[in-house]
Amino acid sequence: MSHPHPALAALSDVLFRVTLGVYAAAMLAFIADLAFARRGLVRSHEQAVAVPEKRALVGAGAPVADAPSYPSVPVDVPPPSRRLSFGTAALALTAVGWLVHLVEVVSRGIGVMRMPWGNMYEFSSAICLVAVGAFLVLTAQKKVAHLGVFVMVPVVLYLGLAGTVLYAKAEPLQPVLNSYWLIIHVAAAITATGVLMVSGVVSSVHLARRRFERLVSAGLAPGFSAVTRSLPDARTLDRVEYRIIAFGFPIWTFAVMAGAIWAEAAWGHYWQWDPKETWALITWIVYAAYLHARSTPGLRKWAAHISTLAFATMIVNYYVINIFIVGKHSYAGIPH
Amino acid sequence: MTELSERPDPTDTAARAALTTKPADTRRAAPARTPAQHVRSAWRRLTSMRTALQLLFLLALGAVPGSLLPQHGQQDGLVTSFMTHHTVLGPLFQRLSLFDVFAAPWFAAIYLLLFVSLIGCLMPRIRLHVKALRTPPPAPPRHFARLPRSTSWESVEAPDAVLATVRKSLRSRGWRVVEHPDGVSAERGYLRETGNLVFHVALLLLLVGVALGGLFGFKGEIIRTQDAPGWSNVPGQYDESSTGRAFRLSTMTPFTVTFQSFKAVYLPDGEPQSYDALVTYTSKPGGPVKTYDIRENHPLVIGGSILTGGTKVYLGGHGFAPHLVVKDPQGRVVKDVDQVFLPQETTNYLSEGYLKVTDGDDKKSWFALHGIFAPSIKTTKAGPTSTFPAARNPELLLNALSGDPSAASVYDVPSGMKQLLAADGSPSMGLKPGQSWKLKNGYTVTFVGVTEFANFQITDDPGKNLALVAAILIVLGLILSLRVRRRRFWVRARADTTGRTVVEAGGLARTDPEQFAEEFAALTERLQVATGRPHPNSEE
Repeated sequence: MSHPHPALAALSDVLFRVTLGVYAAAMLAFIADLAFARRGLVRSHEQAVAVPEKRALVGAGAPVADAPSYPSVPVDVPPPSRRLSFGTAALALTAVGWLVHLVEVVSRGIGVMRMPWGNMYEFSSAICLVAVGAFLVLTAQKKVAHLGVFVMVPVVLYLGLAGTVLYAKAEPLQPVLNSYWLIIHVAAAITATGVLMVSGVVSSVHLARRRFERLVSAGLAPGFSAVTRSLPDARTLDRVEYRIIAFGFPIWTFAVMAGAIWAEAAWGHYWQWDPKETWALITWIVYAAYLHARSTPGLRKWAAHISTLAFATMIVNYYVINIFIVGKHSYAGIPH
Repeated sequence: MTELSERPDPTDTAARAALTTKPADTRRAAPARTPAQHVRSAWRRLTSMRTALQLLFLLALGAVPGSLLPQHGQQDGLVTSFMTHHTVLGPLFQRLSLFDVFAAPWFAAIYLLLFVSLIGCLMPRIRLHVKALRTPPPAPPRHFARLPRSTSWESVEAPDAVLATVRKSLRSRGWRVVEHPDGVSAERGYLRETGNLVFHVALLLLLVGVALGGLFGFKGEIIRTQDAPGWSNVPGQYDESSTGRAFRLSTMTPFTVTFQSFKAVYLPDGEPQSYDALVTYTSKPGGPVKTYDIRENHPLVIGGSILTGGTKVYLGGHGFAPHLVVKDPQGRVVKDVDQVFLPQETTNYLSEGYLKVTDGDDKKSWFALHGIFAPSIKTTKAGPTSTFPAARNPELLLNALSGDPSAASVYDVPSGMKQLLAADGSPSMGLKPGQSWKLKNGYTVTFVGVTEFANFQITDDPGKNLALVAAILIVLGLILSLRVRRRRFWVRARADTTGRTVVEAGGLARTDPEQFAEEFAALTERLQVATGRPHPNSEE
């Protein structure tokens, strides 16, 4: 297939591999940071969470939420040693990888002279770009750098799958996909998926951490606590999770709506219960359930479970429905 | 639908009631209940958050089979094959409407219950919100230190002057301000609940829009060729059509459309680049004739108002229509037609079609032609295939069947027809444009050439624009309800024994206390500067 700028498209392919390599290195560095938790990001955080943990112990009878003041927000304590820690290296690698990734996506776009989200390979790449970007922004704001490993593992998996199973050569689009609503709809869907991917990570980590805190406050010794001990406290995770979903959910809503508008222009019906549409709605409903559960005192304890489930429906939509179920979205470019 | 109350507020129960509408406790059962009490209790249960969540999950769960099993109207062929392959599960699924989930009574029951529950939840909340909009923020609490955020400072100005400055500063920043004898109360962020209510009302509106489309909508499909290019917008003219339950003929736009030409552009490897169907049309009988280019994502819109939207004509598909001329043994033309051949695949458009010749009263001479058309033919061991979607090297492979072909649709013949051989005894013949084939019964078929037909889809959905408005409101309402924070702010100023003015400030936010802490700090900082010499004395 010829395309306007074959050199750029080829460059994009090379940069994709570079990105994957740098991200994999970042992932390993995050894992090392976790494994050698005595220095680096995790340790600095452990000191910070020591106070809330004690509170949980003391307040076993009375819920922490009823305490008159806020639980102290974890403060990042600088690592005791000035040596380059694994955590710092991991963050630096992630940031460098993200920049390479950005160039990869842009050069792919110029290489094919269209928005670089026309097939699943390109979606995966763009989603990960958003997810890693969201993680970096979040790290700058909220000191959640030690969640890096939980973001980078799925990102590397996603990109690995994209580069092998889902890889598609740079090609122009079918006529039906040639619409500016495609740009809007898919851009919104990618952004929302990338953002909510981070929330899915936070939700599952939140569940693990909450279990850990419950066991500790009950005076039990939790097993496999090397990781959960070093996580941010459950309240922080809950806030981070809510904040991400409150940001991602309207974008997801908009993505579904923009898709309906595009469908109306392309096929004459704004909603046809195509499997992909149906699952987008299922994801939407479960995230809506999360927001309702979280804002209802009696049901709040289920919120993290629900958001984990919501993220699972998103993954089902992305992999199972795209690949195995035939529908109107089947031209997502999977090599059969 | 209960408002997030991240910080319980012990000082202000009335305001709390205004900010939250906790569903009434349904589990407190009275010993003997009258029917009215039962109804009320059932209503409360239905409108509780727990029920709403259960219904939401049921809705999500109920949609799953609709995405995994083939559905009527989308994949009828797959439904039939599922039924023949699964003799036990098939009928069971059929009975449970699992092949028609989104029109199933149980699915409708879930979403209708959900929407009833929503209405039951919305009505009191709208009432409360209207009341909250009219209720001024409550007086400053006695002890500011009990509020989540509080601070105090001293000012050289008199208490009244301080409070006047505070009021002015807060008002200019969009706070709703109320004056009290020794202080000021202020509140903002009402848009959070407004957005929340708009979002939920818009969901109802969306349902109405969808229902309007289902009740009054019309869908039609029609294939047009070069020799039969025109049609008028009446249901009888369409090859296939479906109407909503309350559809009335009188609402159809009386337009006519004439298909002029079709053009497809392909890349060298056969990947399609664009499809164009050029049409002329009139919006009403006797109206001016206009031209339009119907493309992918670019339908023709005729008639309608802003409220209902117009009728849209889409290019649904295309294919080849070989021009066939049939002459009887006397040389008289009995058929001269662009016969539609349906594509068997849409990559290279290998197509199949029939031409029925029912000439004269004697049924013994009736016959049918069956053909395979390849726009770019390549004959392999497995049979003819096409190598390109455009007519680069067209060929029509014909065979003939004798008997009465009229019992089946135009795209099929009835079973039991016998093979009809050619004059030279061969069973079939491949024709290039311009070539003819003489049959044993004396008739001659000529493949004159080939043009492309277009398949038009017509939709009229009067609920569409309402659904669009609802969708926009849903997104806007959602953003407001998730972004805006409702917060309150109080200031009190009084002269102390030394004659200086002590200014106290306190505040609380229902959501996102961290962000409010920043806002509170910035706000009090600004007020300190505005009310005289800053002398921070934070109690945080």
